[in-house]
Parts: sequence; C-alpha cells; structure tokens
Amino acid sequence: MMAAAKTTPPVAIRIDDLCRHYRMGEALIRAVDGISFEAQAGEFIALLGASGSGKSSLLNLVAGLDRPTSGTVVVQGCNLAELSREQLAKHRLHTVGMVFQSFNLVPSMNLLENVELPLRFAEVNRSRREGMVKNALDRVGLSARIRHRPAELSGGEQQRAALARALINQPRILLADEPTGNLDSCTGTEILNFIREFNDSLGMTVVMVTHESALAERYAKRMIFLADGKVVNDQPNPAAESALSRGGLR
Amino acid sequence: MKGYDVTELALRNLRESLLRNSLTTIGISVGVASLVAMLALGIGLQQLAGRRLEKSGLFDTVVVTSRRDLRSFSREQEQNGPSPAESPSLTETARQKFQALPNVAEAYPDIRFITELRYQDKPHLTMVSGLPFSAKNNEAFEGLQGRFFSSDSAAEVILQKAFAEELLGKKQNASDESVNVAELAKPLLGGELTMRYAERTATPDTAQPSPGKAAGETVAGASYSVVSHEQKLIIVGVCDLDPDSMRGQLRARLFVPLKLAQNLHVMQPSDLRDTTNLVGGMPTYTTVEVRVKSPKYVPDVEDAIKKMGFNTFSIVDATKNLRRFFAVLDLFLGIFGSLALAVASIGIVNTLVMAILERRREIGIMKAIGASDADVRGLFFAEAGAMGIFGGALGVALGWTIGRVINFGTNVYLKRQHFPPEEIWSVPWWLVIGAIAFSIVVSLLSGLYPAGRAAKLDPVQALRYE
Repeated sequence: MMAAAKTTPPVAIRIDDLCRHYRMGEALIRAVDGISFEAQAGEFIALLGASGSGKSSLLNLVAGLDRPTSGTVVVQGCNLAELSREQLAKHRLHTVGMVFQSFNLVPSMNLLENVELPLRFAEVNRSRREGMVKNALDRVGLSARIRHRPAELSGGEQQRAALARALINQPRILLADEPTGNLDSCTGTEILNFIREFNDSLGMTVVMVTHESALAERYAKRMIFLADGKVVNDQPNPAAESALSRGGLR
Repeated sequence: MKGYDVTELALRNLRESLLRNSLTTIGISVGVASLVAMLALGIGLQQLAGRRLEKSGLFDTVVVTSRRDLRSFSREQEQNGPSPAESPSLTETARQKFQALPNVAEAYPDIRFITELRYQDKPHLTMVSGLPFSAKNNEAFEGLQGRFFSSDSAAEVILQKAFAEELLGKKQNASDESVNVAELAKPLLGGELTMRYAERTATPDTAQPSPGKAAGETVAGASYSVVSHEQKLIIVGVCDLDPDSMRGQLRARLFVPLKLAQNLHVMQPSDLRDTTNLVGGMPTYTTVEVRVKSPKYVPDVEDAIKKMGFNTFSIVDATKNLRRFFAVLDLFLGIFGSLALAVASIGIVNTLVMAILERRREIGIMKAIGASDADVRGLFFAEAGAMGIFGGALGVALGWTIGRVINFGTNVYLKRQHFPPEEIWSVPWWLVIGAIAFSIVVSLLSGLYPAGRAAKLDPVQALRYE
C-alpha cells in the first residue's frame, strides 16, 4: 500500500541505445556504444570511468553539443535527435546548464559580463539583467569580485563563477564535466557542496562526470560506471545521503 | 540576441584586438578614400564643365525673330503658322510676353549697329552691341580688365581687345594669345570715346491722310525721322574675347549697357521694314534673346514662342551628351576607386578569419551556454559592419581632405598661370552617404564567409581547442 502511494518523479533524461561513433583516420572510435539509462528529475548522477571511457562524449550528447550516431536522447521530454541546430541552442540555453573542468569563462570579460552572457542570448531585458547576475554571483559568494576578470581569480572562484553562469537561466538540469578536475581537494569539495546544494534546494537534476570515485561516493546519489563507451555498472549510492547528513554540506 | 547586445559585444570584441582591427579599418578607409577621391574628381569636373557651358550662354538661350524677317531659320518654320505678312512684329510687348513665360530668366532685345567712334580725335568704324546687365556673369567677361558697367544705363563702354589695340594704334592680331590685355587696358581705362550714331525719332502725326494722295488713301503705320547724334562714353573695361568665336551680342567689338543702347534709339535694320506695318511709336526689334533658367527648359519655351507666331532658334542641349559622358567617366573612376576597396575587403576577410582562429574557444563557450548559429553569425557580421562604418566615415574624411589638398595645389598652379581659381573637386552629400553605405555593404559581404564559418563551428571541437 505504501509503495502504491509513493509517486515516481518524472524522467528528466532518457537515453536509449545511444551510440556516438566517429572516424579517426582508418580507425572507428566508439566513444559511446549502446548506452541506455533513465535519470529521474532531481537525481544526482556521477558518471565514472577511466579516460576515454565515453563520459564526456555522453555528457555532450545530453547537452545537445553533439549529435548521436544512433539511439535517442530524450531530455525533459524532448528528443534531441529531432531538434534543429537552432532548437539545440535553445535547449542549451534554457534546459541545461554546463560547467567544465577548465571553467571556460571568456577571458576578456569580467565576471558580470561572463555571467550576463546567457541572459543576452536569452534576450532578457537589459534592466533586469544586472540584478539577476548580482544575485547569482552572491549565491556563489562572488559579489565582491564582480568586476574582476577570470585571470584575476583563483580556480575555485572561476568555477563558482562558471556555476553562477550555468544557473543564471534557471535550467532544470546541470551537466558538470569534471568540475573539480583543475582544483585542489579543498576547493573541489567546496564546488561540489554548491552543486549538491543546488540539487537539493532547487530540485535540479545533476549529471556529473568525474574520475574521482571518492568524491562521487560522497555526493552523488547514483553512480554509473562506463568503460569503452558502455555502461558497466549502474548503482544507487545511499552512502552519499548518510555521509552528507552526518557531515553537513560544508 | 537583441541588436544592442550584438552591437555592444561586437564593439568590445573590436576593442580587444585594437591594433589589428584598426589596421583593417584604415585599409577600408584608404579604399573608401580612393573611391571618394575618384568620384569627387569626376563630379567636380562635370560641374566645372556644366558651369562653363552654362556661363557660355550657348545652351540656355532661344533666339527669337519675327516671321516678317524673311531670313527665317528653317523652311519648316516658314511653312507652318501664319504667313510673314500676317505675323506679329517683334515689339516691346512681345518681349514682355516672352519674359512672362514660365522658366524664362530674362528676355532682352539684341541691339547691334555699326557706327563711328572717335578716340583722341581719330575715327574708328566698328560694331557696337548692347549688353544686358546679366552678361556680367558670362564667362566671356571672366578675364575682364577694369570693371563691368556700373549700371544698366551708364554711359560706359567695354572694349574687345582687338579694338583696344586698334584704338592704341597697335598692329591687330586677335588670334595672338600672347596679347596682354592688362597692358592694353592700362592707358585706355578711364578714357573717353565719342560715338556718332543715327537716332530714329518717331514723328507724332502717324496715320494722317497724305496731302498728295487721293481721298481714302492713308499712310499705313509709323513714320519717323533720322537724326545724327553724339554720345560720350567712358572706357571702363577691356575684355579678352575673340568676337568671331562668340554669338549674339558678343559678336561685336565694343559693348555698351543695353538700357543705354535702347534709350539711344539707334536706327535698326528692321525699322525700315516695319514702317509699313506698325505701331504707334513702339520700338520693334530685329532679334530678341530669351534666356531660360536651365538648358532643359529650352524646348518648352521655344514651343511657346513659336505658338505666338515667331521664329525661334536654339542650339541643341549639349549638356545632355555631357551628362552621358560624365556618367561613363564616373563609372570608370568609380571602378578604379573600388579596386582599393576590394583589396581592403580581403583585409576584412583575413582579420575576421584570424579572429575566428583566435576566438575559436570563445565561440565554443558561447555555443555551449546557448548562443545560436544566428547569434554567432550576427556577432561577426556586426564586427564587419562596424569596421565598414568606421572605415567608411574615416575614408570619406580622408578622401575629402585629399580633394581639398589637390584642389588647393591646382589653384596655386592656375594662379601662377594667370588663370582664375577653379573648384575641380566636389563631394556632394549623396557621395558621403553613398560611400559609407558602400563601405558597409562591402564589409558585410566580406564578413559573409567568416561569419558563416564561425556560425558552423562545432562547439565540441572548439572547446577542445587550446
């Protein structure tokens, strides 16, 4: 009776027999090779695996940065394979937010301009933009560095700014490609605390690529292991809940 | 992305690579300057030629004669309209009617007569012509030594250079270009001439029965007497004018103000003929010259005058052919001028392609966070357009400056050669706007390929790029 009363959260991402193959000279590279899984809304999934296992390629397919060779990626009910280039840009603008290992802030712009950039693409009214950017930077503790350029900031600060930029258009899904890869462990933890907080407080679905299983175990609610473009293990991680409830987020 | 965001981002991107973009913009401005310089020269020369033709008075004048003057201008005119005997005479009333026609600047009689003049008690026989005051602007009087008449009825005279030589007792050589008019004028200016002429005086008792005639016979028309008179004239100017090369009132060797010539009532060839017809003391003219406001109005005015029953004559509007010639010249000058702009456009392509390579990662980032192909394309277009606007504006300023400098240099040269200054350079407002617009169009066309290439950039590849 209890199981029947419990409502299943809607599916945020559905991946079905997804392949991404490409040629490099004579060789056929199978970066993603028949992956299928579903991610419920609000899940925090860690994609783990060795270098070249297909984690980032899979993330790019979910982000709509790349198109699959075959199979389907349905994100928030929308089959990305059927979208035009223009519609995929809209998907990246409104449905997903991305953070990268190398932060990928525009070096010639200060933090305000960097975080404002997605608002420009979304054609948000100029009068509303500065307030929105300040709120987003305040949320990641960077309101004092608003006029600084990326080169004037630490790696952790840059990644926090990238997080603010990823979330400025209030996407339902956050895609993080090794967000702690260029950070020391202390700063990495700080970033993951932010990501987990957004996952919990905003109900965002998070898909994070990492090869640090210790961090994944601590933060992700589900861990998917990839090797040679295939899923080799897909397991829930109840330990993350208890670890975080014991230690708190920060 | 909204227009102002595209503009703002484009301008900040241009500022980021200031040196390279400035050099590209200077390249465009040199191209535009060369285009403006070439076209401004073409337009300037066209205007100069137009002004010259206009000043010559050859193409904006309709010469009117009476059909009663049987030396009419064409057989066609003879055959159409009323017979010569029934035709109106060329009276002052007719002149006023011509003057009142639309687009007529002025209508004045052609008063010319051969008479005797005495200078320092020596007689000279020559052709005298009455000049309207508007002839002051005629190019024939550009090199005038002394001055033009002080008023339309002043007792003043302007001499043609050959007649001036004759008065001074020098050997006449009108075709000799080396004749120094200034030297000729020096001893003559302010001197006095005495003109002897035959004045026509109307007798008051016209249309009276003649005592020698039978009853019922009358004298039809005017009668007059001819009296010899003298008029003192002050020499005020000597003009560098070859009388054989000109037409109308300029085919004379001595000029007096038209009003003065009219008031003298000098006996005219038509007087004898019109004695049998007219016209209670009213003067009649052999020829009236009607000057229209522009050569293009000549046919209409000519038609209107023909309908009044007069003969007309005009030179076909040569400015039409002139305009056609200059349109072709401008086209060629424009093509040559555009070559530099074409070279500059390659500079734009190069700059923007370099920008794509440099900003490959930035383009990847923008696409990853939601920029569409159109946003990226728009951004590169805006950068190309901005370079076009700045380059165009700078180029027009540069072209204008080059023009002023060359104009200045030309006038220094002309002055040394004792020619009046000329404006051979003209930059009309439409050329300014057209050159900037052309620069923008060329820049946008140059941006077409780089912008398309940037828009098609694969974000995954771009983000991998270091």
